[in-house]
Amino acid sequence: MDNAAFSITQMRVSYARKEVIKGVSVSIMPNTVTALIGPSGCGKSTFIRSLNRINDLIPSFRISGDIIYRQKDIYDKETDVVELRRRIGMVFQKPNPFPKSIYENIAYGLRIHGLNIKDTIDETVESSLKKAALWDEVKDNLKQNALTLSGGQQQRLCIARTLATQPEVILFDEPCSALDPISTAKIEELIHHLKQSYTIIIVTHNMQQAARVSEYAGFFLLGELIEFGKTQELFTAPKDKRTEDYITGRFG
Amino acid sequence: MKLRQIKEFIIEKLIFLSGILSILFVVLIFTFLLKEGFLFFKEISIKTFITGKYWYPISDPEQFGILPLILGSLIVTLGAIIVSVPLSIACAFYISEVAQGRIKDILKAGIEMLAAIPSVVLGFIGMTTLVPFLKNVFNLPTGLTALSGSIMLGLMAMPTIITISEDAINAVPKSYKEGALALGATRWQAMYRVIIHAALPGIIAASMLGIGRVIGETMAVMMITGNAAVIPTTFLQPVRTLTATIAAEMGETVHGSMHYYSLFAIGIILFVITFIINVTADMFLHRNKK
Ligand SMILES: Nc1ncnc2c1ncn2[C@@H]1O[C@H](COP(=O)(O)OP(=O)(O)OP(=O)(O)O)[C@@H](O)[C@H]1O
Ligand SMILES: [Mg+2]
Repeated sequence: MDNAAFSITQMRVSYARKEVIKGVSVSIMPNTVTALIGPSGCGKSTFIRSLNRINDLIPSFRISGDIIYRQKDIYDKETDVVELRRRIGMVFQKPNPFPKSIYENIAYGLRIHGLNIKDTIDETVESSLKKAALWDEVKDNLKQNALTLSGGQQQRLCIARTLATQPEVILFDEPCSALDPISTAKIEELIHHLKQSYTIIIVTHNMQQAARVSEYAGFFLLGELIEFGKTQELFTAPKDKRTEDYITGRFG
Repeated sequence: MKLRQIKEFIIEKLIFLSGILSILFVVLIFTFLLKEGFLFFKEISIKTFITGKYWYPISDPEQFGILPLILGSLIVTLGAIIVSVPLSIACAFYISEVAQGRIKDILKAGIEMLAAIPSVVLGFIGMTTLVPFLKNVFNLPTGLTALSGSIMLGLMAMPTIITISEDAINAVPKSYKEGALALGATRWQAMYRVIIHAALPGIIAASMLGIGRVIGETMAVMMITGNAAVIPTTFLQPVRTLTATIAAEMGETVHGSMHYYSLFAIGIILFVITFIINVTADMFLHRNKK
């Protein structure tokens, strides 16, 4: 599909000798939310962490196949990895704000990209925090250390931080797994709003969440993408027996 | 059952005893130092001692001004800081963030070796290589200068600074680095703005501990700094440090003379300086832990 954001063919990933993604092919549409589900250890994190090349940090990581983002192979030698990661943002499973103030957490992303005008930074901090539905809770304490925030607030700060650098894609790796239902609801609502302007891929263990937020969904099992399609179809009329077993909770 | 209790009891008491003993020794040493030094300060005020410009302990009349010695220690230490701290931090970063596999192992082993070289040997090497080298390069009457001392002491401080900084850097959660890189930071930007920032208290403590060692160091400085008790104005002139003074003169003084007591007084000053540095370093280390 030409208008796909990501076109992935035969992605294979291994750590040392162990192959953990075994030939995955899929296209991800722009400005949609795609949810990835599957049992623990099946390679969901490995898959999305390969899309912004953050797995390059792991020495034993090896990848093959065509991973095309906007007509360019992101594993091409010519690829500017730093630029790629700015365009493809990521929110991690465990909130990881920097041990700096709330303000500095967001300003960081702007400064590393050469933006140093205080007024612009101020504005972006405010608008990102608003988009991440955190502004009202922190607007009087922007100088406060981010590590003193609650887990849910920290995660929204991480989302705000990612939004501030204006990526095209946001990868979420189980962003709510450490959060309470209220924070989770806030983040789901946020994702819902974000999809107008961003391509979103979200890994989640929570099937209701996948059903609620996504338009497309994929089911991973042991390093293979068993089924991929419209969320509604995948959940109501799965084509593969294994998908059906998983979503009905018959194996885990 | 009984036997085990007795064993526990004995072991517990033994550990307690060794703990108490080490404290006792420190107290004893300190009292001795104070007692001997105190006799000196009865005659000469601390102020004249510290601010006096001339150290003529055996001329007549004798003069006990340790300002040149304090400044000598200071300039050598300052030089050592300039030499060792930036290099050590860069080295710690290289080891923990860049180097991999064999190179990393070799580097770490090399640094441990550096720590194992006795300071006399370093002094000796400095005397036969560094000193003539500096003399030629700067065209000096003598290569025995503050700079030679700084360089050798900087080398001596490096293993401590590198190892402890490296620990501090490794203790920074990997998620910070991932977070920075995921925002499109370069490796350098992640290091410089996030990792250093998070590891800073540890790095400061490491530097202070390394420098603490430098201030107390005697052998090497005595061998290569020229030992002239004059107020230093540049790095390229001979200086004499507090420690070298004690070491060089203790053997020659008459027991019970003013000169003898003055050396203990220097010891007190040295003790206070090192103590302050160690306590400050400790504060940084503990703030880091929290
Ligand atoms: N750094 C690594 N080195 C070696 N093996 C790894 C590494 N990271 C992951 N793996 C292995 O790769 C496989 C896939 O892991 P991955 O983290 O992608 O699974 P996941 O689907 O995200 O699981 P979870 O739902 O528990 O997060 C697992 O078998 C895991 O043990
Ligand atoms: Mg995972």
